[in-house]
Amino acid sequence: MENQITKKPINKDMMISFTLLALLFVVLVILELVLPRTSILFTVLKKGAIYALVAVSMNLLNGFTGLFSLGQAGFMLLGAYTYAIFTIPVAARSQVYQYFNGGLIQFTLPVFVAMILAGLIAAGFAFLIGLPVLKLKSDYLAIATLGFAEIMRALFQWDKIGVITNGSNLLRKYPVFKTTIFYFAVSGICIAIIVLLINSTYGRAFKAIRDDEVAAEAMGINLAHHKRLSFVISSFFAGISGALLAMFQTTIQASQFKSAMTYEILLIVVIGGIGSVTGSCISSFLFIACSEWWLRFLDNANLNITSLQILRPGFRKVVFSVVIMMIVLFYQKGIMGDKEFNLGGLIKFFKTLPSQHKLPAHLKLAKTKEGK
Amino acid sequence: MEFLTTNLPYILAGVSTGGQYALIAIGYTMVYGILRLINFAHGDVFMAAGLIMIYSYTIMPLWISVPFTIILTVLLGFTIERVAYKPLRTAPRMSIMISAIGMSYLIQNIALYITGGLLKNYPKIPWTSDSITIAGAITKRVTAITPFLTILLVIALVLLINHTKIGMAMRAVSIDFETAQLMGIKIDSVISMTFIIGSFLAAIGSILFFSNYPGVTPTVGGMPGLKAFVAAVFGGIGSIPGAVIGAFIIGICENIIKGLGWTTFSDAFTFVLLIIVLMFMPTGLFGEKVTDKV
Repeated sequence: MENQITKKPINKDMMISFTLLALLFVVLVILELVLPRTSILFTVLKKGAIYALVAVSMNLLNGFTGLFSLGQAGFMLLGAYTYAIFTIPVAARSQVYQYFNGGLIQFTLPVFVAMILAGLIAAGFAFLIGLPVLKLKSDYLAIATLGFAEIMRALFQWDKIGVITNGSNLLRKYPVFKTTIFYFAVSGICIAIIVLLINSTYGRAFKAIRDDEVAAEAMGINLAHHKRLSFVISSFFAGISGALLAMFQTTIQASQFKSAMTYEILLIVVIGGIGSVTGSCISSFLFIACSEWWLRFLDNANLNITSLQILRPGFRKVVFSVVIMMIVLFYQKGIMGDKEFNLGGLIKFFKTLPSQHKLPAHLKLAKTKEGK
Repeated sequence: MEFLTTNLPYILAGVSTGGQYALIAIGYTMVYGILRLINFAHGDVFMAAGLIMIYSYTIMPLWISVPFTIILTVLLGFTIERVAYKPLRTAPRMSIMISAIGMSYLIQNIALYITGGLLKNYPKIPWTSDSITIAGAITKRVTAITPFLTILLVIALVLLINHTKIGMAMRAVSIDFETAQLMGIKIDSVISMTFIIGSFLAAIGSILFFSNYPGVTPTVGGMPGLKAFVAAVFGGIGSIPGAVIGAFIIGICENIIKGLGWTTFSDAFTFVLLIIVLMFMPTGLFGEKVTDKV
């Protein structure tokens, strides 16, 4: 009986979340029916969903386990390549691998198998690289993982293994999904799994390690094991998001997975709030929308009012990075801090909002009168 | 001997690149020694110095544009510290590192805006860009100058750190931040001085580096920056001679790898080295042993 009482509010919250998610999908379906396929909204939504997944996976490491890793672009690259390599139709291989006699691999895997394999390969590499790297402390770990991503980028462009990776040429012609719902579904399922993990005993162990390694070890948490686990799981999902990115872009090339990409993901995590899953999701959609869509007008040279040509391609990114710097400097907690978004909290926030602000005297008086 | 003669051009290029990395690496190692911060924006300061040189050279003669570049770069380094790092002095280390990454992103985007993303040709500086022959290998004069200039600057810097008041203050701050503050050292001016020295050397390094390369793009600073950081780690972070030796080793190895036809891996090599060094010698060649206190 007691158990039921304590469980009840969680169930209610979950019900609300599920209804919201279902609503979201309904809205998506309607949008897809109403708007033309080429609408920029879908680009933003798809890319936002992909970045949400990779941001959450990075947050699992940086925000929940306290491991400052900058290897995300490398794991995305592994995922994207794995997916592309194993799904290009055999018939199209001679075209894609035109400089490498049609490539070495002459079979294809089903799309979903390839996606999971993308995650597994990324996770496998994470396991191997984690053996030496995870012993390092904070900023050394950051540099070593960043270095790993750079090594991956160089390796995949090496023409000696071009029969598999197609060297520095594009990989294309692999199956892609055009519908936005697919990206939301995959990304949503993955994020849900991460959330479940964070709320499990493993998640609590991760948080303990983040807060104090020595204390966590004293409490009987196996540091090496849990760090490795977090690193491998995070990389698994980064790999899957890489596969999604490959589908979204329809072509893939190793040279695009620069460290700047990792920096962008990190900034998304920071803006959303380190240690908040919903924060990462919200901020990734905002980030992508701002950089791809809402700030576009800043690049439009025809909109200049003054004779100075301030508005021209690239200005958008300058404004954007200034805003990011402002957030980093003055609003370090990000959008959500380390809290999670929930509807009850939001309603409560809006209810307490009027009382937090200092109302002008006459308004305050009117309010008290109303109350009476 | 045969190895030496065939690879001489690469070794010469390596020594030169090493010198340039060394000049950048000092900036990393000094800042890390004092603030315990990987200044991710340092590589972009280096790139910005290249751009400033390009733009200033188009409107003024060489003998003004070189000092102008150096002064502007120093100002940039100083401003970055005041704007992006000073407000976060009491914040956790992770936030200040994120601020550094944000700053790097900002500088790159400003450079992208100004240049329009195109490769800007670096001016040919007379005399230094001339070709010369050393032991049968043809190279630019700047290649031969770089190592000597680097060593000269490093000696000057070491003298500054060991024999002046500000140098003593720097050493004190790097040993113990709080105690140094209690002893009446003006922390902010010491840190500013560190950034000024770092940017000054990066500006000189940039002039030497880009004289050998066709031009500057907004993202060109990242790689030399990271490599210089690896050099600083290899030499033992916080140690200036360590950073210089590390930079020369990395520069030479990288160019020999290029000479062997493994150009793809010349970048990757640096990071493999980093991981190996961190695994077996976490404090580098000349670093101090640090023990964590609970």
